[in-house]
Parts: sequence; C-alpha cells; structure tokens
Amino acid sequence: MTQLALVIDLNVCVGCSACVTSCKEWNTSGEGGGGMVDMNPYGKDPTGTFFNRVQTFEVGEYPKTETVHFPKSCLHCEDPPCVPVCPTGASYKRKEDGIVLVDYDKCIGCKYCSWACPYGARELDAKQKVMKKCTLCVDRIYDTSLPEERRKPACVLACPTSARLFGDVHDPDSAVSVAIAERGGYQLQPEWGTRPANHYLPRRKNHANVDKEALHRIDNPLKKEEQRPAVSSELPSLDDFLF
Amino acid sequence: MNPAFSVIFLTTLIGAGQGLFLALYTSEVYNSFGIVGGTSPSHMYATGILVVMLLMGLGLFASFFHLGRPERAWRAATMWRTSWLAREVIVLPAFTGAALVWGTLHYFGFDPVLVTNSAGTEFKLSLVVGFVAALLAFLLYLCTGMIYAAVKFIQEWATPLTVINYTLLGLSSGFMLAATLGGWYNSSITNTYVLWALVFTLLGFASRMIALRRNARIKRKTTICTALGVRHQKIRQISQGAMGGSFNTREFFHHQSPQFVHAVKVFFLIMTFIVPVTLVVIGWNNTLFSLLAAAAVVQYVGLLAERWFFFAQANHPQNLYYQAT
Ligand code: SF4
Ligand code: SF4
Repeated sequence: MTQLALVIDLNVCVGCSACVTSCKEWNTSGEGGGGMVDMNPYGKDPTGTFFNRVQTFEVGEYPKTETVHFPKSCLHCEDPPCVPVCPTGASYKRKEDGIVLVDYDKCIGCKYCSWACPYGARELDAKQKVMKKCTLCVDRIYDTSLPEERRKPACVLACPTSARLFGDVHDPDSAVSVAIAERGGYQLQPEWGTRPANHYLPRRKNHANVDKEALHRIDNPLKKEEQRPAVSSELPSLDDFLF
Repeated sequence: MNPAFSVIFLTTLIGAGQGLFLALYTSEVYNSFGIVGGTSPSHMYATGILVVMLLMGLGLFASFFHLGRPERAWRAATMWRTSWLAREVIVLPAFTGAALVWGTLHYFGFDPVLVTNSAGTEFKLSLVVGFVAALLAFLLYLCTGMIYAAVKFIQEWATPLTVINYTLLGLSSGFMLAATLGGWYNSSITNTYVLWALVFTLLGFASRMIALRRNARIKRKTTICTALGVRHQKIRQISQGAMGGSFNTREFFHHQSPQFVHAVKVFFLIMTFIVPVTLVVIGWNNTLFSLLAAAAVVQYVGLLAERWFFFAQANHPQNLYYQAT
C-alpha cells in the first residue's frame, strides 16, 4: 500500500516561506478547488486560507538559543481522526495513495473535522465556506503532461534548501523512508495514535573534531605549499646580494 | 474554543425540548399505572408538545447558522456509521416526529387500548408511541454529548461527564418548563414535575461541579515539546505564519480575559442551579405559578452561560501552535 507524504528537514529549513507562497500560487491558480481566499492582502491585517504555514519558535534562553522554523500542513495521518467525524463523507482518505482530501462539493462547512484534527491543519475558507487543507498537490503529482521530475508538490519544488522531501513512506527504499530511518525522522503528537504520514527530521549539532596534531604536524605535507610570512625589510633581501 | 451562539442555542433549546417531552411522558406513565391520581388534561399534553416543537424548531433553525453551506445540510445524515454528528442529524428529526405523533394522538383523543394485563392496567397506543419517543430523546442526549466527548484530544470534553451533564441539564430545564405548564393548567401533576425538576437540577449541579473539578486538574497529554518534537523546557513562539490572524486563531480561542471566563462560571452556577432551586421551592410552597415560570426562564439564561463556558473552557492542542494570540 502506498502512503505519500512529506518529510520536512528542520535542520535545513531557513523559514523563507517559499513553500507557503508557491502552495498558495499553485492552489489558487491551478485547476482544482477554486482557490484559497485572500482578504486584505496588502492592508493592515491580511488574513486568508493557507494549506501550509511556516511558524518560528525560539528554543532555549538567551544567549543559548536556537531558532526553529517549523513548516506545518496536513500530515495525511494514517489513522486520521478528522475523517470518521465528518457527517457528510466529504472528508476521506484515499485508499490508493493515503492522501486525505475534502470533497468541496459535499462539505457543508460544519467545522467538526477541524475540531477533530489535533494539529490545526484544516481551515474553513471564508469565501467558499468549505473546509480546506493540503492536498499534497494531488492535481499535479499524477499529471503526465509534466516532466517526471516536476510531478511533485509545489512546496517541494519551491524549497531553496531542499528541506522538503516527498515520497512513499511505506516503501522502505524510497528517499523519504531512508531519510526517516537514518536521520531520526519523527511524528508530531504521537500520543494520539493518529500516525501522521508526514515526518520531521530533527535539527542536528555538527561538531568537527580537529586536534592540534592534525593541524601542526611536522611532516604535514600541506605545509609544503604554505604561504610564508611576508619578508621584513630589516632582513637582507635577494636584491642585497645581486646588486 | 470560540463559543458559537448557533451551537449554544441549538444544544440548550433541544435539550429543554427533549426534557419537556420526557416530563410529559412521565406524567402519562404515572397516570397509566395509577401512581398519581387524576388524569392530566389532554390539551395540556397538546400545548406541551406545541412548546416542544417550538423548541426543537428553534434549535434546528439556530443550527443552520453554524453551517457554511446550509443548503447542503441534508448530506449530513450520510455518515451515521462513524460520525456522532450524523447520528444527531438523524435522531433529532426522528425524535421530533415521534413526539409530534404522540401529541397529535392526545390532541385528537385517539388512543385505543392495545393490551390489558391481568392487573387491569391498560396499555394504550400513546403509551407505546411515547415510549419510542422517550428512547429517542435519550438517544439524542447521547448523540449531542458524544459529539463533544468523542473528540479525545479536547481533554475537557473527553469524559462521560459531558454526556451526563447534557442529559441532566436538559432534563432539569425541561422539567422546569413542565412545572410551569402544570402550574398554568393547575394540574395535580405539577407536584411531580416540580419534584423531578429539583432532583435533576441538584443532580446536574453535582455532576457539573465534578466536571469543573476534573477539568481544573487535567494533565495535558500534548505539550509544546510533543507538538514540535523539540525537547526543551523553554520554547517561545516568535511567529505564527499569519499577520492578521487565521481560521486557527478565530475558531479555537475565545479572546476573553480569564476574569471574564471566571465571571461567566460564577454566573452560570448561580443562575442555573441556585436561583431556580430557590424560586421553585418558594413558588411550590406558596403555589405561586409566576415563580415557577421565573425559575424556568432564569435557568435557561443560566444554561446559555453554562454552554458558553463549556466551549470557552475547552483547550484544543492546536492552540500550542498559536501561542502568540
Ligand atoms: S493532520 Fe489533521 S487534517 Fe491532516 S489527516 Fe491528520 S488529523 Fe486530518
Ligand atoms: S466541515 Fe466539511 S469536511 Fe469537515 S466535517 Fe463538516 S462536512 Fe465534513
């Protein structure tokens, strides 16, 4: 069984929000869904629907702080609590690829699913009055008119640091599964048993272990081409001997 | 959560409607089995059912304001296998319909005896119809309560106390209305209504206090650490991905001061329990019909505040991602 998902590398995310804007662009001008509302976009209090938002947290106490940029969208849970509560069947999880979707033509905008998602991943569109959430760009990942390498969610393609990986987390050899396995990928709020398909890769501390001997070895071959200190004017120079 | 007035009115109105019907049916059972003498006037039943219909209708009307697309509301009955909301959408009209049939039988006095047992007790048609409606009324309390109790990560709601409170408070407001109705018709059954109204109000008071106590001591399962997957004592939010707020900041926060929320709590405890009980006891002892009516009205106002508090108190784990609001 396939379960498509995103893996987000918090170690390299720089919080640029390119994924946010490309998501909004694709899903507003693309074919499906009828867009996401944008109210007051250039005014004082801009607000609107987003499938994906990047939030920033500061961990620790000054001066020992770390900034964590934290992109969050629907995690396409394997046991999604938002689906069974929907009275209309508008919310559903696809069998073939595990994507959780909302049928905008069936949704009555009762908001019950948004209460039942512990991650706050669903937003009611203020204009269309139906529930909206990340679709994993279901309208482009299967689009055969696109070249193979472009058949990925818009956010993944936009990310300048490659902090977003996309693939099948049920295939143990996929890039996402390997990244999860090798780099400690984890799920959000595992305590509720929702089994989010999206995973996060933790931040890592890199320490280079360089000892003094390695740098100042007598026979260090690197020293052969070392730059010599500038010649001082007090010492005799080559000119003194030649002329 | 941000309390929505549509849902506050829906739950309090239909709760009272179900309670009123159950009160009327209780008196019919009492009459049939001769527990209290003197049959109640059947036009009292008809008037009572009219009030029940009014309450259910108003509740249904209010609920439409909660929907983004009310014109598609009919779809909401489809997923009854998994969704308590869908179950409520089915049981609500079923109960209303059964109650209407029961009232109509009484209005037209069409009530053939179905069986007579050896002790000479007659089982009439309305008794059976009423029994079905009474079951549906309890089922509706269960559905309404479970809509909230089934959301397991809203820990204030995820307890059987939610269902118990919805049931007891609905019963208490319904029997209060019935007491008023009985007083209006000067019926001997009023005593029964008053007695049950007091019992349910006091039981409701007890279970609501237990719920308040429980909710004050909740140990949160989700913390900012599990929400982000970052283990540290000190995590502070710097930006929340929206400048002018979002659905997440509007739907899940009540935006009121803690003092205001506390004031609502004190207000509803006084108005739902203390004042109505006092009024009913005085009104009953001095056969003052107006005090019974006043108790019902005061309690309804209290219940509006109670429901507001019920929503405002609920803390959704998604709020951890929106700490800057
Ligand atoms: S993240 Fe929320 S909306 Fe997405 S599948 Fe999980 S519970 Fe449903
Ligand atoms: S808002 Fe729409 S998708 Fe969500 S539970 Fe209601 S009908 Fe289903």
